[in-house]
Amino acid sequence: MSATRQLSPVAKLEQKTVHDLIVKGKRLDERGPLDYRPLTIMLGTVEKANGSAYVYLGKTKVLAGVKVELGTPFPDTPDEGILTVNAEFVPLASPTFEAGPPDENSIELARVVDRGIRESKAIDVKKLCIQPGKKVFVVFVDIYVLDHDGNLIDAAGMAALGALVSAKMRAYDIKHDEVVYKDEEQKIPLPINNYPVPITSVKIDGSIVLDPCLEEEQVMSCRLTVTTDKNNNVCAMQKGGLGVFTPEEIKQVISTAISKSRDLREKIISKVD
Amino acid sequence: MGNKGEVRLLDENGLRVDGRRIDQLRPVKLEVGLLDKADGSAYIEHGRNKILAGVYGPREAHPKHIALADRAVVRCRYHMAPFSTDERKSPAPSRRELELSKVIREALEPSIMAEYFPRATIDLFIEVLQADAGTRCAGITAASLALADAGIPLRELVAGCAAGKVGGKVVLDLSDIEDKKGDADLPIAYMPKSNQVGLLQMDGSMTEDELKQALDMGIEACKKIYEMQREALRQKYHIERDEDEKPEAPEVKA
Repeated sequence: MSATRQLSPVAKLEQKTVHDLIVKGKRLDERGPLDYRPLTIMLGTVEKANGSAYVYLGKTKVLAGVKVELGTPFPDTPDEGILTVNAEFVPLASPTFEAGPPDENSIELARVVDRGIRESKAIDVKKLCIQPGKKVFVVFVDIYVLDHDGNLIDAAGMAALGALVSAKMRAYDIKHDEVVYKDEEQKIPLPINNYPVPITSVKIDGSIVLDPCLEEEQVMSCRLTVTTDKNNNVCAMQKGGLGVFTPEEIKQVISTAISKSRDLREKIISKVD
Repeated sequence: MGNKGEVRLLDENGLRVDGRRIDQLRPVKLEVGLLDKADGSAYIEHGRNKILAGVYGPREAHPKHIALADRAVVRCRYHMAPFSTDERKSPAPSRRELELSKVIREALEPSIMAEYFPRATIDLFIEVLQADAGTRCAGITAASLALADAGIPLRELVAGCAAGKVGGKVVLDLSDIEDKKGDADLPIAYMPKSNQVGLLQMDGSMTEDELKQALDMGIEACKKIYEMQREALRQKYHIERDEDEKPEAPEVKA
């Protein structure tokens, strides 16, 4: 069952420090309220995966891998390939992560990233159909959180996007409803149509700040993730945390996300050769 | 969102598949305190959604180690009955249900004065008996009434309603087919007196302006549902409507 979590004692002590800074328009790491941490993205770091991306967002580190396999389509979408997104909060990433089945936070993260990719139609799933109702390609996006210093959703979303746009699969022909792979050297990219980028803002003491670090996340009242696509349309949103937003704050967060996402999207796309 | 096309979601008069205007709610029926054993309960019919909410607590935390020293632990379970959907749904909690349990709790917890009950738990159960799009919002509307029925001090009632985009237009309160074939869905939970949004999700595709318009439309609908919630409580507890309403209780900061 979903339950209230205890705030760590350290977080309670830090609460005042963070609040005092935010009121003055400052932050722990000397960023301005709407500054994003430096983003570094490396594509293709895991050769055995079809696609992979290693994202550094400040000190947060997330690795995403894409694997493409054959599978059976869902009965309600017989002519579409399948996208599945899963997230692992591995125990080495944070003292608060434990081994075991995914908890509600990793499920939420995976589902928010999934919604961004799915709703922006980033993957042309019709092109992944081999034999309608029988055989399609399944695209597995696995997100590995390696170091948790806040804003995992954005880092994961951008890692997933990077892994998808850089993914290569073996070229194939379809003969008698069967996949016949061409030789090992011939590779084709996934059918990518769109580039969703999630941008998260949090509310602390009535102020809105972008891209929270871990300390800010621990004392935030709530967060709002807005995922936008290449046409500046919004394709997914998710509010989290025990606090509340006014409608005006929500509109402000949406506008900020749309304007901030452009550079980040460019940065990811520019990495693809 | 699903494919557009086969079904005409808006007719030439701008009416929807079920004959509603774009800004019209489905019929809502609320009932409070219908379960015997639960400390508080409520039932909602919102369109063809049929949802039951029950509250146990404040009660002793079990297991004890989950207890918090300064406030009650609020727990929430959103669950769909296997027969609630077109295809049978496995009774095991899905990833969707786990996510919804979390966002529903985060929408309701700001309204609960949990600091009055340290070391206790407040357990909230939402059972969807029949699903017809908008179950999380209707579930929140019912659960907030169940919390009130349990006598748990609340800052305010929380009302839920979705807006979205169907056939290229921003519309209110999507039905099942509109949710599946439409362009976007925007579930909202809102507290009218403090003007605060506690749940906000979105999927589909909307421009910035459409999204802001849908947000305003959803919030207006939540205000209407909030009045229905108050009426349902009055019905249950036989409170006469006061013509000139008494002054509001002093504002309590969240």
